[in-house]
Amino acid sequence: MFDLGILYPAVLNGLTTGAVYALVALGLTLIYGVLHIINFAHGAALMLALYAVYLLHQRLGWDPYAVLPLVVAGMFALGYALQRGIINRASHGKDENILLVTLGLAIVMENLALLVFKSDTRTIDTAYTLSTVALPGPFGAEAMIALPKLVAFGGALATAAALLLLMRGTDLGRAIRAVAKEKQGARLMGIDVEHVYAVSYGIGLACLGAAACFLLPAYYVNPQVGSGFVLVAFTIVVLGGMGSFGGALLGGLLVGVVESLGGLWFGDSLGQVGIYLIFIAVLLVRPQGLFGERA
Amino acid sequence: MRDLAAIAVFVALVGALLASTGSGVMLNFVTMALYATLLAQAWNLLGGYGGQFSFGHALFFGTGAYAQAVAQLQGGLPAWLALPLAVVAAAAVAAFVGALAFRYGLKGSYFALVTLAFAEVFRIVALQLPFTGAGVGLMLPLQESAAALQFASPRGYGFLVLGLVTLALLATAWLRHSRFGARLQAVRDNEDAARALGIDPFATKLAACVLSAAFMGAAGAFYLQMFHYIDPGIAYGPTTSVEALLGAIVGGMGTLWGPVLGALALHGLSDATRNLFGDLPGLNMVIYGVVLVLIVTFVPRGIAGIGLSVRRLWRGRDD
Repeated sequence: MFDLGILYPAVLNGLTTGAVYALVALGLTLIYGVLHIINFAHGAALMLALYAVYLLHQRLGWDPYAVLPLVVAGMFALGYALQRGIINRASHGKDENILLVTLGLAIVMENLALLVFKSDTRTIDTAYTLSTVALPGPFGAEAMIALPKLVAFGGALATAAALLLLMRGTDLGRAIRAVAKEKQGARLMGIDVEHVYAVSYGIGLACLGAAACFLLPAYYVNPQVGSGFVLVAFTIVVLGGMGSFGGALLGGLLVGVVESLGGLWFGDSLGQVGIYLIFIAVLLVRPQGLFGERA
Repeated sequence: MRDLAAIAVFVALVGALLASTGSGVMLNFVTMALYATLLAQAWNLLGGYGGQFSFGHALFFGTGAYAQAVAQLQGGLPAWLALPLAVVAAAAVAAFVGALAFRYGLKGSYFALVTLAFAEVFRIVALQLPFTGAGVGLMLPLQESAAALQFASPRGYGFLVLGLVTLALLATAWLRHSRFGARLQAVRDNEDAARALGIDPFATKLAACVLSAAFMGAAGAFYLQMFHYIDPGIAYGPTTSVEALLGAIVGGMGTLWGPVLGALALHGLSDATRNLFGDLPGLNMVIYGVVLVLIVTFVPRGIAGIGLSVRRLWRGRDD
């Protein structure tokens, strides 16, 4: 059970999954931090991005990694349009309305996918899908990690770094942070708040575009695939502190490892329960600051 | 008093329709519309009057359905005795989840999230446990008799669900006129002000949550009796949660007749699409989602809200 030869690969696998979780959670935490809403359409949007990558590969034969800029741009545009055209218009300045509208959008997206693609689970086959890399570990332990998972790990961390740079180092990032902190003040400084809202939502979904490209070579897509991710992402965002980027990153990696080890010891589906138990435990032990503070 | 009279008229009319109609289609429509009404009313007790938006009301529905099944299959209890047990089981789960959530002051998005997460935990656990039949689900053997709450004709189910809807209407009317209801609405509108007046928000919201869940549990038990089958996806999946909140929101939250109107409108809509396009998987939910977005965007107070505005316009004053 505690054999390093089994534990080490499990932890590494968990880290690679966790990095993608972190990417999904980064988008969610950004949207929360700026718009102060929980985006219930997050999982459905990830599902759409996965289908986009899938179709580009199936129909046009384009490589999932090569289409990353395209999918990211497409998801950004979708997010911008959704926020500006629907969510903002429906909110009437009330949080509950945004909650319901993002839920409505999620229902529409998921079931449109069900209508078009049926409920079949689809995977793609690339030259590197089954390649593995041997990673030596401490005390002679060795782990065979699937190459796509390794790429996903690196890619997710790189995307997270790019996002942090954007937020810290550019005027847009400063504008976003200003709006997140003090909406009225930002408006008085000449920042177009509506535009920043839509851009933030767009960036949130763009993270999902990147996640989809890194996920699909080693994962699958079906209309319900997003709902699994969305609760995990919520858990991570809660764990890391709502609106915190570093928290989302660490939380993602932690949850990935917990899921992997939980799966190892208790079987796959109970490993999932482990995540929800963390979620509830965080609520019990540290609700303040992590959760209920801003309700 | 006017509410009670209106409820009596409603029950008499629907009862007469159920008793007299010879059309199987009509009977089925009324029964399923009443079932949708029950879900919407249950959600409305907590969401509409308490202002706590649950996205996982299937948690209580599924618990009621499973309790109803397990009490009969493993406990050997008759169906009419299982029904109160199902209600109690759903209420107990609500007491636990509600206590957890409200104890830590979870509101708005957070409450929605927690209910969603709990429904998902229950779904995964139900997939694992042997006594819930795991992934296969539980099947209720056919045994048509009034004592087993299984009816040869849909008419019997129609009257059964009409009875439950009547109880839910009475509970709603009670919320509108009782001190408890006034406290609940005060907490909904301004929790801090309510607390300053000496109201205990925790106990108030918890009681509303338990009441709401009790009706949801009854709806779950009814579902099992009518369809004789339950599995984790039906019990704890998102469809029932969405149907419950949608009916209340479309009709008008925090009103007596809103959930009735909303459930009827949605059920009519989904029947019409089924007739037009056939039974395409997902189409119904697409339309529900679009309706939700449109209603929130254009008529945030729901159908009952429109009626209220028209009436005010008619009287020419603001009351």
